[in-house]
Amino acid sequence: MSARLTEPVLRVDNLGVRFDTPRGAVNAVSGVSLTVGAGEVLGLVGESGSGKSVTLRALMRLLRRNATASGRVIWRGEDLLAAPERRLREVRGREIAMIFQEPMTALNPVLTIAQQIDESLVAHRNLDERARRARAVELLDLVGIPSASVRLDNYPHEFSGGMRQRAMIAIALAAEPSLLLADEPTTALDVTIQDQILKLLLGLVADLGMAMILVTHDLGVVAETCDRVCVMYAGRVVESGPVSAVFASPRHAYTHALLRSMPSGEAARQPLTPIQGQPPRLDRPIVGCAFAPRCAFVMDACRAATPPLMLVGEGREAACLAADRLAALETVA
Amino acid sequence: MNAVAASAPLLEVDDLGKSFTLRRTAWDGLRGRAAPVLRAVNGVSFAVERGRTLGIVGESGCGKSTLARCLVRLLEPDNGSVRFEGVDVLRLEGAERRAFNRRVQMVFQDPYGSLNPRLSVGDCLSEALVVHDLARGPAVARRVEELLDLVHLPRDAADRYPHEFSGGQRQRIGIARALAVEPSLIIADEPVSALDVSVQAQIVNLFLELQERLGLALVFITHDLRLVRHVSHDLAVMYLGRVLETGPTERIFSAPRHPYTQALLAAAPQMTPRRRSRDEAVRGELPSPVAPPPGCAFHPRCPIAQPICRERVPALEPRGGDWPVACHLAGSGAS
Repeated sequence: MSARLTEPVLRVDNLGVRFDTPRGAVNAVSGVSLTVGAGEVLGLVGESGSGKSVTLRALMRLLRRNATASGRVIWRGEDLLAAPERRLREVRGREIAMIFQEPMTALNPVLTIAQQIDESLVAHRNLDERARRARAVELLDLVGIPSASVRLDNYPHEFSGGMRQRAMIAIALAAEPSLLLADEPTTALDVTIQDQILKLLLGLVADLGMAMILVTHDLGVVAETCDRVCVMYAGRVVESGPVSAVFASPRHAYTHALLRSMPSGEAARQPLTPIQGQPPRLDRPIVGCAFAPRCAFVMDACRAATPPLMLVGEGREAACLAADRLAALETVA
Repeated sequence: MNAVAASAPLLEVDDLGKSFTLRRTAWDGLRGRAAPVLRAVNGVSFAVERGRTLGIVGESGCGKSTLARCLVRLLEPDNGSVRFEGVDVLRLEGAERRAFNRRVQMVFQDPYGSLNPRLSVGDCLSEALVVHDLARGPAVARRVEELLDLVHLPRDAADRYPHEFSGGQRQRIGIARALAVEPSLIIADEPVSALDVSVQAQIVNLFLELQERLGLALVFITHDLRLVRHVSHDLAVMYLGRVLETGPTERIFSAPRHPYTQALLAAAPQMTPRRRSRDEAVRGELPSPVAPPPGCAFHPRCPIAQPICRERVPALEPRGGDWPVACHLAGSGAS
């Protein structure tokens, strides 16, 4: 897989998201910067509470009222975090679309799939009724729903989980967005259906030249679908780079530990190498690297200040003081 | 123990079946149709040896959780037999049934839902000890400490409540609760699915360690193929209530014989970034378990299906290989 050299369509600079709760402020996302280009799939991977979903929602300002976002989200030369609500409504759905983990909660249960696609077509495309119906059939076809013209008049509850996810993708594609934000789109699906949906998304990205940001907790999904990956921990991107390079030779101690903690298919029934302890709580200030208390490579300097993201290879960054030691480790092994 | 008893499997399941009658919809009623019947588990047979792990994998609706509940009689099977140390479990009553319940324990996916929130961890563990009369007086507290040590929880955990613990720690409590009554067999239904990846490995290690130390047998039910490959000696692959293939885990992973097993393994995301393929591992949807396809339930999705596959349910047989597979075409060279 070669690194894509396309101009980024989206650039995020120093994104922060703070939630004000009755028990104090929670810094869910801090200092996140990333880019994604046309035809590129960027993976945002992390465990629960790492800030990956909040990051995705913050891009389109789909956050709860008690959230405050800072930084910049540059979309076609414009900062979406500073854009007026009216402009944002044009961007949402038309230029940037989003799909979610649980289609049943994202779809409207009292409208047919046809009506829901139509809503999107009316809002974003200048077509007459007949053309919209034809376009809706085309879209269901495109996402692999058989007998599209019949299924169009079904309600979401008449679809299986996989078909609902396909329907949601069809609705998202109705406005021909340039960027698709996918929040754990296959987490609720069975393995064989997950495989189908991921292949569908990859095909759409390639055929339509869309960019996609895929949020997932599953490193296997990242390995199979993403060009580049940002690994998140405790609200920060701790490592980013081309997937093949990051998986082959991680430069952040957390990525290293996470990859090593998974069963490899060899050495069956041998003890795995878990990461001890728990991720930190975000409602308390974190001094130094958030991973330091669980890290096997920790040094005094890690606890003193948050390590900055540093260039660790072509198109690769890591915020780890042990990056050199990790690199040496991989070449020895 | 005589030679016959020692060689008998710890748990032997034969032709087990469990159906659920679903509620009739108004539409069914108007048309005079009977209430639909869901055959969740259908003719399932397997054996678990002492100290070994049987992994059961399958997608939703394959009946793996219903099967688990039948094994411990949380559900009563409709037909078939479950023999534990040669004794028919389904006929046990009263004290004998309680004794069986002690020997076979279950660990659930959701430790939040399976622990009583109003009991401290110590009370939860001692309750099990007292109910089964395994310890009395000061011995109870000693045993609780032992159990906490066994699952690597601090001893002061005894005075705390489930909500004070993280997901991984709660699963440790759930495992300690199962171990309290000194079982020989643990049925674990998706025990790590609700946990973060970095925490999953801790619990997997705990299972491996406990099995080694206590000689436990395990039935490990999961949808996670990487995990099942790592923990289980033997494997049973289920699809719509039936076992389609069962045998040594490593050999099935190296050379799956049933087209469904092949598809399942191909669909599971690999950890090694590879050239992207846009080809689906298998086409089509999972059929509804209420109306499974006739013949082999996998035939509508099967790339090599023949007319016979639509007509007859294939039996689970060796079919010229080293382990049984329920495919008419296995061993014929077609797969």
